[in-house]
Amino acid sequence: MKNIYEYYAKWIREGKLKVNSDWNKDLKIKFTAQDPCQIVRKSFGDPIAEDLRFVVKSVVGEENFVDMEPNRSNNYCCGGGGGFLQSGFKDARLEYGRLKDRQIKETGATYCVAACHNCHAQIHELSEHYGGGYHVVHLWTLICLSLGILGPNEREYLGDDLKEVLVFHPESEH
Amino acid sequence: MAQEAIRIRRDRQSPFMDKVEEMLPEGGNLNLCLTCGACVSGCPASGLEGMDPRKFLRMAALGMDEEILSTNWVWMCSACQRCIYVCPMKIDIPQLVYHARASWPRESRPKGILGSCDMALKNDSCSAMGASPEDFEFVVNDVLEEYREAQPEFAEMTAPIDKEGAEFFLNQNSREPVTEPDELIPLWKILHIVGADWTYGSKGWAGENYCMFLADDESWKQVTQTAAAQADALGCKVFLNTE
Repeated sequence: MKNIYEYYAKWIREGKLKVNSDWNKDLKIKFTAQDPCQIVRKSFGDPIAEDLRFVVKSVVGEENFVDMEPNRSNNYCCGGGGGFLQSGFKDARLEYGRLKDRQIKETGATYCVAACHNCHAQIHELSEHYGGGYHVVHLWTLICLSLGILGPNEREYLGDDLKEVLVFHPESEH
Repeated sequence: MAQEAIRIRRDRQSPFMDKVEEMLPEGGNLNLCLTCGACVSGCPASGLEGMDPRKFLRMAALGMDEEILSTNWVWMCSACQRCIYVCPMKIDIPQLVYHARASWPRESRPKGILGSCDMALKNDSCSAMGASPEDFEFVVNDVLEEYREAQPEFAEMTAPIDKEGAEFFLNQNSREPVTEPDELIPLWKILHIVGADWTYGSKGWAGENYCMFLADDESWKQVTQTAAAQADALGCKVFLNTE
């Protein structure tokens, strides 16, 4: 059993995914990344957290990545895991997530990469609830953006600042 | 405001913790707590329902089973295991929480989690959103066809289901096929570009498992086994989690 982060990193290292961060050279949009508890602390440990960082830095530029503190295996859970999203205790869940919201805001990043769906949903809600306004994106979106193959309809979670960047087949918008 | 002191009874009754200790390797180290509080300071659930990981463990150790087995806090711990990570004695508090969840009558557990688990048991997809294997196949082929036409550079892109002998058996969170199928595309493009030999399974394609969160061991096993058995039946080498 493997996780796809490991393969994203491997495919970039092997030159199979020719990603680059030129698109963000002038934009200088800042990104941070959530280390999903299930994937990092509970399954593959710091090595996969390094793979995650390698992939994100490769696609957004090393200088545009800002880590949360603490991070990797020592990261705080966002509150989306363990069934919390479906448990019905919404107020408690948002209260739980205050720590994560603060961590993200302290990075100054306007995007948080959340490659786990529970994290994605929870952090998205935290951004709205606490007014942070940061966007939450999947890793696959950024990889395809940096490869110049991200179409207009594959940008659900990108902010207005990235809706028009390197659009693949713009005429296919629906 | 000071809380009322916890009164300890001399006749420690039906200690839940002893039972859990018996089930865990090394007893989950449950009786090794130094009461240092490292778990509490790094636990985002500390303070919810007036509870925190150290307090939960201490109350269990004191045999306060009634309180431990009734607090809603067990559904607010996300089992993230940061408490174990920072604990000098590596005490498995999340397992204690899991078994407390499991002690609730199944129908009393949170409706949302219960409903998502039951949905997954409805058919072989094991999708918490209830999508059947036929629904999944339809959406995958429909969106694939649309993109092959709209983006001719990807006219040869595939999204196989039940491809025998594929290297990777991929799962997929139900959210994409059910609510936002366009989000399936970037992943498929990446797999296409690197030439990955991959497949979904008509059985067990859904990546989520709410039965585990429900602390329903039998159902958790059924969901996991459905996916694993399909990967084996197809002869796939790597079970690749996409999240």
